[in-house]
Amino acid sequence: MSDLQSLYQQIILDHAKYRHGASPVPLTPDDELWETDDTHIGESHQINTSCGDDVTVRLSITIDETGYDAVGLDPIGLELGVISPDEMIAALRANMTVSSLTWHGDGCSISMASASVMFDTLNGLPYTEAVAVLENFREMLRSRGTIEPDEEVLGDAAAFGGVSRYPARVKCAMLPWVAFEAALADAQK
Amino acid sequence: MTSFAIPNTPSPAAPHGAARSLTAREVERIRNDFPVLTQQVNGHTLNYLDSGATSQNPISVMEAEQEFYEQRNAAVHRGSHTLAVEATEVYECAREKVAAFVGAATDEIVWTSNATEAINLLTYSFSNASLGLGGPDAQRFALTAGDEIVVTELEHHANLIPWQQLALRTGATLRFIPVTDAGLLDMSAARGIVTSRTRVLAFSHASNVTGAFSPVAELVALAASVGALTVLDACQSVPHIPVDFHALGVDFAVFSGHKMLGPTGIGALFGREELLAAMPPFLTGGSMITTVNMHEAEFLAPPQRFEAGTQRISQAIALAAAVDYLSETGMSRIAAWDAELGQRLVRGVLEIPGVRLLGDGPGVDRLGLVSVDVAGVHAHDVGQFLDDAGIAVRVGHHCAQPLHRRLGVTASTRASSYLYTTTDEVDAFLAALREVGPFFGTTPTPSTTTTSPATTATGGQR
Repeated sequence: MSDLQSLYQQIILDHAKYRHGASPVPLTPDDELWETDDTHIGESHQINTSCGDDVTVRLSITIDETGYDAVGLDPIGLELGVISPDEMIAALRANMTVSSLTWHGDGCSISMASASVMFDTLNGLPYTEAVAVLENFREMLRSRGTIEPDEEVLGDAAAFGGVSRYPARVKCAMLPWVAFEAALADAQK
Repeated sequence: MTSFAIPNTPSPAAPHGAARSLTAREVERIRNDFPVLTQQVNGHTLNYLDSGATSQNPISVMEAEQEFYEQRNAAVHRGSHTLAVEATEVYECAREKVAAFVGAATDEIVWTSNATEAINLLTYSFSNASLGLGGPDAQRFALTAGDEIVVTELEHHANLIPWQQLALRTGATLRFIPVTDAGLLDMSAARGIVTSRTRVLAFSHASNVTGAFSPVAELVALAASVGALTVLDACQSVPHIPVDFHALGVDFAVFSGHKMLGPTGIGALFGREELLAAMPPFLTGGSMITTVNMHEAEFLAPPQRFEAGTQRISQAIALAAAVDYLSETGMSRIAAWDAELGQRLVRGVLEIPGVRLLGDGPGVDRLGLVSVDVAGVHAHDVGQFLDDAGIAVRVGHHCAQPLHRRLGVTASTRASSYLYTTTDEVDAFLAALREVGPFFGTTPTPSTTTTSPATTATGGQR
């Protein structure tokens, strides 16, 4: 496989063309989105200033009350000082799931394919798993080709291993995942 | 100084036909003077088609800079020791040479860091005049509400944003001459936009996106008919064709050294003598004054009035060496070679399915420069594909977002030639460009391809 083919693997070219999870219309920031106690919506718009590529990610995090009760934690416990705020956040995150992930963007094949693969990889994952996959993906991309992609963890996202040897393109591949990370933070505000 | 003839600026109708072009053998000899061109990139000899962004340097230019530091380094226009005197002499000799190269009087050339700084110098000087600085003589540059500044829709951001900012500072209105679908200036619209309210008309000599030349004579006449000042962005023209600012009749012009075989960090503002003499300074401080007291200062005559602080001495000297190199080769001949490569690029690009040329096609008087949009493939992917073959092109909006938007694209891929570019390099670019669509699966594999579709034409594999 040539260098160029390792960068543009067929799976990447396919995702760039048939974009999974892509919204047909632009996602405009909306503060009025419907949220409940158990569902929080987060958004983020990221731009690659060097080329103008942009991606907007919108997602929900839902908190599973059954699991939440099962760990025996309760906001009252926080008020009573039975558990610490950190324990509370950790318990909440252990019972959160990422859902309703959608994105809209304009950019090169690497950034668009990365957004499509991100949708396939992260939508529906428990919060902690999604964060772990994201970190694994970031670590692989920053490795300059020294880390062999972990297909068990990354699935299709492992195809971006070749990108890590092109420092100028790492930003392209990371763009949607950075937007995902920021949207996740936004949902927890 | 070396003397050389300055050929007349070509008219749009008869571009550079009169001059004998460079021969392939001459281009090969020229290439020996540019060590960087032998670099290996991704297993290929560098095919440098990005001279529109920055040109490469011949050995003589690099040596001129080194020689200055080895033998003459001293601050200019101060100190009376031998080195300081010698440094001042070679520095001013450089100005004389560069001025003659662009058809200007020596004192009409102000050194700047680059063309961007030159336009900012102008706009901040006008701004200062608008505040009343520079006395009654400077009032011809003062702008106020109701005044209009006219630019064009195809400008590089460097010839747009400083004018936007000047309009914001003074209350003047910024207007622009639109571009046609063919990417050329809409001259019929221009007549309605340049009016008695127009105080400044700023435009490019040649577009850095389409490579097409602007009708300078027509625009200068239009500005003259309403008494507006003209500002020419000559960044893309001065390196590639013979230019004579006096003959063109413009009031001001700017150009950059690094696009004409010189080093980075040096550019120039040309201004007609009586205009520079009436302008208040932009940057102030050392070396631009006559007498100073604790409350005020008197300023030197141009060009020193606009050159505050220790100057770019070695860069100016190296730029003069670049001008020598260009003059010895012959600007008319360089222009003819460039035009030849430009037409070859245009004809080649138009033959490729799924590739759109930005700006009009063959026959248009243009630089050796084309920008293209490959259907369904982002410019960065095109650039990556070409880089893999050792071909260096520019991708993105080339600092001309409004023009790209007008032509319906966000980014494009630009190939630009210079005196060291060979026809083989142009052909290699065209051949690689033809493979882009098939690789990314947006256009069918060309029937002429002899390579196995499984390994190249269909792109990557799992």
